[in-house]
Amino acid sequence: MRLLVVEDEQKTGDYLRQGLSEAGFQVSLARNGLDGHHLAMTESFDLIILDVMLPDVDGWRILQSLREASNSTPVLFLTARDSVDDRVKGLELGADDYLIKPFAFVEVLARVRSLLRRTQTSVVNDELQVANLEINLLKRRVTRAGKRINLSHKEFCLLELLMRRKGEVLPRSIIASQVWDMNFDSDTNVIDVAIRRLRSKVDDEFEPKLIHTVRGMGYKLDVEPEHGA
Amino acid sequence: MAHKQPRPLSLSLRVMLFVMLAIGLSLLLMSRLVLSTVERHFVEQDADELRVMVESIEHTLMGAGDDFSTLPPILSSAGSGHHGVFYEVRNPIGELLFRSSALDFSSVTNGLTPDSVIDVNATYLWDIDNKTYRGVVAASEIEGAEYHIVSAIDMEFHKEFLDNFRDSLWVILLGAGGITLFAAWVGVYQGLRPLRGVSDSVRAVQTNKLDTRLDVDAVPVELQDLVHSFNQMIEQLELGFSKLSHFSDDIAHELRTPLTNMITQTQVGLSKARSDTDYRELLYSVLEEQERLTKMVNDMLWLAKTENGLVRLSNTPINIGDEFLSLFEYFDAFAEERQITLNVNTFNAVAQGDRELLRRAFTNLISNAIAHASKQSAINITLSNEGDFSKVVVENSGQDIAAEHRARIFERFYRVDPSRQRNVEGAGLGLAIVKTVIEAHGGSIAVESANGKTRFIARLPKV
Repeated sequence: MRLLVVEDEQKTGDYLRQGLSEAGFQVSLARNGLDGHHLAMTESFDLIILDVMLPDVDGWRILQSLREASNSTPVLFLTARDSVDDRVKGLELGADDYLIKPFAFVEVLARVRSLLRRTQTSVVNDELQVANLEINLLKRRVTRAGKRINLSHKEFCLLELLMRRKGEVLPRSIIASQVWDMNFDSDTNVIDVAIRRLRSKVDDEFEPKLIHTVRGMGYKLDVEPEHGA
Repeated sequence: MAHKQPRPLSLSLRVMLFVMLAIGLSLLLMSRLVLSTVERHFVEQDADELRVMVESIEHTLMGAGDDFSTLPPILSSAGSGHHGVFYEVRNPIGELLFRSSALDFSSVTNGLTPDSVIDVNATYLWDIDNKTYRGVVAASEIEGAEYHIVSAIDMEFHKEFLDNFRDSLWVILLGAGGITLFAAWVGVYQGLRPLRGVSDSVRAVQTNKLDTRLDVDAVPVELQDLVHSFNQMIEQLELGFSKLSHFSDDIAHELRTPLTNMITQTQVGLSKARSDTDYRELLYSVLEEQERLTKMVNDMLWLAKTENGLVRLSNTPINIGDEFLSLFEYFDAFAEERQITLNVNTFNAVAQGDRELLRRAFTNLISNAIAHASKQSAINITLSNEGDFSKVVVENSGQDIAAEHRARIFERFYRVDPSRQRNVEGAGLGLAIVKTVIEAHGGSIAVESANGKTRFIARLPKV
């Protein structure tokens, strides 16, 4: 997967590149609008991360040129100004998602993955399986090692989210927003307790452990914990 | 550019215009009254004289019998002693018997009905040869025959007197008017002196002396309202000012603590070589502080924008009970872990507004209630109607909040615990956010706390 990052801030650019590379993406970094514009128009990428406040050619121009050239590469824009107008403008110009600075890197990663998944033709599956954990989305049934597990409605939603995005670290903000429709910073402890309860039902009596806490970042569901848990 | 409104008339000018109008009108009225009284007096005097004249002629006629040839000399003597009086006498068939002078009144008396009673109402004004006369036409019954007596007085003398009188009256009135106006102007100038005094006092109020108050008892009654309002304004300013400076102190404190932590941790961490685990721990710890800072900055920005009306509120109908039920799902596990139950009554309370913002406010209220609830207690949310408002009461059991804390509990960064123990609950902006959201919707929020129950009472307009 090839990503283009257009970001003029030295450190932000460096760390985005490093983080995304280590997450398995091939990253090109443009440090100004002109280079970014050139790269975006001449090369092919799977996704573009665009800072809209650039000193020369601003992000809006790059986005506009792309869409005028009928290039539909997904664009995630970054903005430091949290104004509704900015967001509306970006989405109207054809951006696919946005993040407001300061953002957490896990959040960037989660959004990037979700955008990339959107462009792939996803196979609709009624059943999801990770190791010996299986869930049936139609019957809303959960089994672990052949044993039925009873979950509340929201616990099921939480487990479904974690399983659909297996291997991805999901920040608490995304979990809160996707499961409970809480689209603002709220008490993160609440998520921790909810995960703890889900874990007690799904993981405690079983092996291997699937729900992992990624300290400082969020949660993920996977067979192997890659980061130190 | 807005259309510039013309400056309103100066106070002195207004007062002077009114005084001028009033004095002018009353003086005019007075002069009218004096003149008409004088004129009336003249008319009465004239009528009297004319009556005496007519009576004297009647008397003469009666004494004369039928002998008309002797009439003229007798009649001419009838007018003796009356200066400037003219008369003529006609017999019943209209023949002129006598005329006191060459003046002929026939041109003006033609067609006039003779009067038998001579008084003010019977008098006429006649203009003959550019001279004005007041006269009467009398019908006199003398021995069965009706004689007509025309009698008139030359008015020139009166007119002259009246003209002179009018002139001097005007001079007097103008003089009186002028003096009164000047007195009024001095009065107004003097009257406005307290206003200038207030202005001087106001000028003395500085931002570093906001505790200055004007003395309400030292100004006239009319200015007491103004001074009172002004004092209230300074009070508000002082309050805002002290809030602002508290707020700056609080921000500095809230920012300084995590920054100090991060710097200390990092420097200590770097002071010697450590194991990977130690470095990782250090980074986690720093990350925690950073997240706290981020949340605080975001909340502060959000608050500032909302308070300044920079956030556009969407406007959708909201069923408050449903929102609470949906939020209960979010808090479910968290509350259960603390053995706290969440209840809401089924009353169908509605509001109109921004769902996301109201959810945020409700979330903070629940969060706050859970954080301060005693173990194994219940949080009861009671919805009800109150006129045009929906009332939301969030009640938890727990330690009472003292009155001095209740008054400031919605302020940013205000913590009931003065040691400002930083805890997991955030930066102390939660209730400030609640207040801002509720007020942005045109509602209000209050807190009550007594006998181990704390109630947050929000009122939201239904429409």
